[in-house]
Formats: sequence, structure tokens, C-alpha cells
Amino acid sequence: MQDKLQASYKQLEMKSKYTNMFLRWFLYFALILFALYFIFPLYVMVVTSLKTMEEIRQGTLLTWPSGLNFDSWAVAWGGRGYGAGDTFLRPYFWNSFKMVIPAVFFSTFIGAMTGYVLTKWRFKGDQWVFLFLLFGCFIPFQAILLPMARTLGVLGISNSIIGLVLVHTVYGIPFTTLFFRNYYISVPTELVKAARIDGAGFFKIFFKILLPISAPIIVVTVIWQFTQIWNDFLFGSTFSFGKAAPIQVALNNMVLSSTSVKEYNVDMASAIIAGIPTLIVYVLAGKYFIRGLTSGAVKG
Amino acid sequence: MKTLRIEELSKNFGSTEVLRKINLEIDEGNFLVLLGPSGCGKSTLLNIIAGLETINEGNVHIDDYNVSKVEPKDRNIAMVFQSYALYPSMNVRENMIFGLKQAKVSKEKIEEQLEKVSRFLQVDALLERKPSQLSGGQRQRVAIGRALVREPRIFLFDEPLSNLDAKLRVEMRREIKKLHQQLKTTVVYVTHDQTEAMSLGTNIAIMNHGVIQQNDTPENIYNKPSNTFVADFIGSPSMNLIKGNLKESSNKISFIANGSNVEIPINGYNFNEKSNLNNKEVFFGIRPEHIFFKKSNESDFEITLKADLSEYIGHEQIMTFNYENQEVLAKFPSTIKIELEKNTNLFFDLTQISLFDAKTEERI
Repeated sequence: MQDKLQASYKQLEMKSKYTNMFLRWFLYFALILFALYFIFPLYVMVVTSLKTMEEIRQGTLLTWPSGLNFDSWAVAWGGRGYGAGDTFLRPYFWNSFKMVIPAVFFSTFIGAMTGYVLTKWRFKGDQWVFLFLLFGCFIPFQAILLPMARTLGVLGISNSIIGLVLVHTVYGIPFTTLFFRNYYISVPTELVKAARIDGAGFFKIFFKILLPISAPIIVVTVIWQFTQIWNDFLFGSTFSFGKAAPIQVALNNMVLSSTSVKEYNVDMASAIIAGIPTLIVYVLAGKYFIRGLTSGAVKG
Repeated sequence: MKTLRIEELSKNFGSTEVLRKINLEIDEGNFLVLLGPSGCGKSTLLNIIAGLETINEGNVHIDDYNVSKVEPKDRNIAMVFQSYALYPSMNVRENMIFGLKQAKVSKEKIEEQLEKVSRFLQVDALLERKPSQLSGGQRQRVAIGRALVREPRIFLFDEPLSNLDAKLRVEMRREIKKLHQQLKTTVVYVTHDQTEAMSLGTNIAIMNHGVIQQNDTPENIYNKPSNTFVADFIGSPSMNLIKGNLKESSNKISFIANGSNVEIPINGYNFNEKSNLNNKEVFFGIRPEHIFFKKSNESDFEITLKADLSEYIGHEQIMTFNYENQEVLAKFPSTIKIELEKNTNLFFDLTQISLFDAKTEERI
């Protein structure tokens, strides 16, 4: 009896071991499949950008390039050197930086301030203010194009980088406020009370006490805003043209307006160049991103 | 001159009345505990004293100076919070001197204060640490230190021990008591823990629904509760309140519980007002610890009851008896054996009873 029982336990043990092993392998298999699926476009882009046009015409999408040929990258970045009609990314790349840095800074700062007021200096009707700000998150880009164009015209900053900074700052405030408000709501209000008794005022409490503990949510907001603003095409193409355009608009012009043969290698190189800054931001700050997104849920 | 005087203070949040006509006075060096169930308004009252909440009606005086509209930092108070509220980005030193720096106190004076206080509280080895690197007890000590360096007229404590575990809470309670004995600064201390209130306070103000129910010494609160709320709130388990009637005949007063025919003589009871006592509906209040298994006083009243329930706690046991369908709890040493559902002779210590009017629930 005892032996029989033991034997059957052995059997069950083996069975569960095999089931577990199978499931594990299946899991890895699925994960690898997904990884390949996601990495495939990037592979095609990189490989294509390193090929000559000759190679592209003769090979398939997947063929390996004959060598490391960065010519198309140079063309995408600096052009071919002849005058009219030569579009290349370099000036627009810096345009985008001139736009994205102040826009991210101002929208983050204003969002932090608003979040601080909405949580720590409650006033009558503050929930309504927050609710209306939230509406801002749900208003589609297209809906604000006309009023914004008019505003920029009145202010005399249409077709300028300053104008784009303003647009992105205003459009970003609902999102940044939401982030900071949700973060600050988990910070004990007793901190503010203690600081008030210690004699600190509105701004001192913000700069000396709340801002120094806001690193995680600042990172989240900066990544979010940077990606949004850098990748924006609609505002850029609507409110700017020619020399003031940001990189996404220039990329579009480059790829779509070429009159001669389609240069896939240059197109691919340009697309990668336009995407690199956001990638760098993610790599540098990515680990804070998840931490910041979840930190609101855990009591600080 | 009273260190703190609150007169006719009322506060509401919208249509909710939080405090109603509060009057309160504290003498220099006293330790006042505001005690009450959650939502009774005690924390709001403390915040009003600190100046963190506005007042709807009434005034707050500190040293006879009306501070009702004065900023918190100018009230000469310091506050210790439940969550410690240490500034997370600053180390202990910066935390402790933040207030003095805001007040533009001279560097030498700041250093002197910091050294004195940090040594006094034994946090001088921790000065360079961040709050996150401190244990709960250390954080609490730093929070007290931050209050101490300001040398305030009044210390305000808002449930400072509630976040600590049971053992540490008892330790810190003793430390706060010692601190008060040494410094003799006036303290207002909010808690919902009656043991904390009894052991720390020189005075306890028991609050309920925004009204002070009784403001008295711990002894009087315990022995002479002024109404059934206080009687029920203080003590664990709380005071037995047996419903019944008074009977007055030829200079003899006795109590008869509802449904019973046993007359309990209460001639020795010190009535507030000795008129119209006959047939008055009352609550007869006796604490579980004043019911004995053996006769210890001449005046003890002997009564026979049956036990329904026994709760063993280790150092003692709590027995529930049935007194004409009213529950009567009694506390005994756990060495005594009492059988359930059997007649047991008990002795009520009649020198320790309280009587309350059944209608007004006030002490008579």
C-alpha cells in the first residue's frame, strides 16, 4: 500500500515536471517570436540604409549589405552639396532641439506647479479646474489647429520656433498636470504643514521640499513630452514651413518630394536619424520611467 | 495668564459642523491631551491652534495675545506629525535647522541649538543621514528635535506614536513623558489611544462630535466621568452601565436594576444634586475592575449572578455575567476559577460607582 502510494506520487511528480518544462519552452518560443516580429522593421531599416541603390535593386529586403557603407547617412544628414532643391536633415534636427527643449521644460515646470497647487493648496472648485484640464488630454490635435493658428497669428509668432514652443507647451500642460497631480497626491500633506510652521512660503515649499523628491515623475514627464513633441508632425507641418520646420516635417519633405528615383537607403537613414534622440532619452531614463509611473501607487 | 486660551471656537467645513463652541484653557507647563474617536474634531482643533486651519467663529489666544489671524510660523508653536513629516530630500541636520534658517537666526545660534538638541535627543550621530535611512523611532526623535530647536511656547503633537509598532510606542511614550518633565513646556497632544492619554496628560479633554465632553485630570476622567460617553470611552473593557431606577425612602437611597428586585444601597454616593431622586431612571455605572470575587471592603455589595462568557487574556480574564438580561463585565486575575452557567457570588465596590441620568446621560 505504502509503496503503491509512493510510486503514484513519483509519477505525478514526473508529470508535473514535464508539464512545467513544456510550458516554459513554449513561453520562450512565443517571446522569441514576438521579439523577432518587433525587431524585423528595424533590421530592414538599418540594413537598407547601409546598402547602395544597386544592391537594393538586386537583393531582397533581408539580404545582408556588402559592406558598411555610410554614404546614404552622410547624404541624409548633410546633403549632396548642390544648391537648390537639396533637402537634408541637419538644420531641421537643430530646429527640433530648439523647439523640444524649451517646450519640454516649460510644460513640465508648469505642470509641476499646477499639480502642486491642485493637491497641496486646495481651493474651492479645484476639482473642476482639474476636470477641465483633463478634458485637454482628450481634445484631438486637429480640433485646436484653427484657434491656435489664429492665436499665433495675433501674437505674430506663426511660422517660428517660438510659436511651436508655445503650441506644445499649452497642449502638454493637461498631461504634465495629470502626472504631477497624481504624484503629489501621494506625498503626505503633513510635509507642507510642517514647512508652513517652519516658516516656508508657497514657492519655498515647492522648490525646497516637493521638487527635490519629484525626480521619478519629472523623468516620466520629460520622456513623455520629449517623445510627443519630437515626434509631432501635425503641429509642425501646420504652423511652420521652410526653414522653421522641425525634423519630422523635413523628413516628410525629403522622402516625399524627391523628384528623381526613390532613394530608399537615404530615406531609411533619415528615418533612423529622426528617431535616434527619443531612443537615447528612453535608454538613459527608461528605468526611471517604469519606477515613476508606478511610484504614485506606493506610498512615498 | 494662560499659555493657551480658546474661546467660543466654532469651525465648519461647508455645511458640516466640525467644532462647536469650544472653550479651553491651559496653564503654563501643562500637558493637555485631546482624546476622542476618529472624526470628533480633535485634529482640526490642533490644526486651528497651529494656524493651519482657519476659524469660523471664536478666538485663539497664546499668552493672552489673540493669534486667530496670525501665520503659523509667527505663533511660537512647533508641531510633531503622525507621519513625522521629515523633509525627504534633506538630511537630519537640514531638517532640524530648516525652521531656524527661515527665521534668519544667526549661524552661531543655529549651531548651538542644533548641538544642544541633537545631544539631548541622542540623534547627534545621525545628523548626516537622510530620513529614509532612519528607523521609525529615530525619525520620531528627529521630528521632535525639529520642534525642540525652535524653543516654542507650545508643543503640538498630532498622534505622534500611531505609526510605531506596539513595543516602540510604549518606549516613545515614556520618552515624551520624560521630555515634558525635563522641559516643562506646555503641550497639546492629540490621540485616540486612551492609554497614551491617561499616562501622558496632566489634563485630558475628551471630545465627541466637535464638543468637549469633559476636560479634567486623568483621575477624575476615570473615576468621575461626567457623562455616559466618557464613561463608555475610557477603560477597557468600558464601564458597565446597568439600566434601572432609583428608590428613595426615609433617607435611604437605593438602585434597582430593570427586572430585578434586589435593592443596591447607594447612600454613600456623592450626588451632584440631591433632589427628585425617587423613581428616577438612571444608569448604574461600575467598572469591570471594581467587581470582586472576594469581599474586600465592608461596604461591598454582595450579589449572585451567572457567568455567560469567559475571555482569557493571560494576566487576567474578563467574565461576562447576566444581570436580568443586561450584560455585566468583570475583570479577575486569571488564577480564579469561575464556572459558566453557575451561580457566582460577586462583590460590587460601591465606593467606585457612577450614576447617570438615563435621559440626559449626564452624571448625577
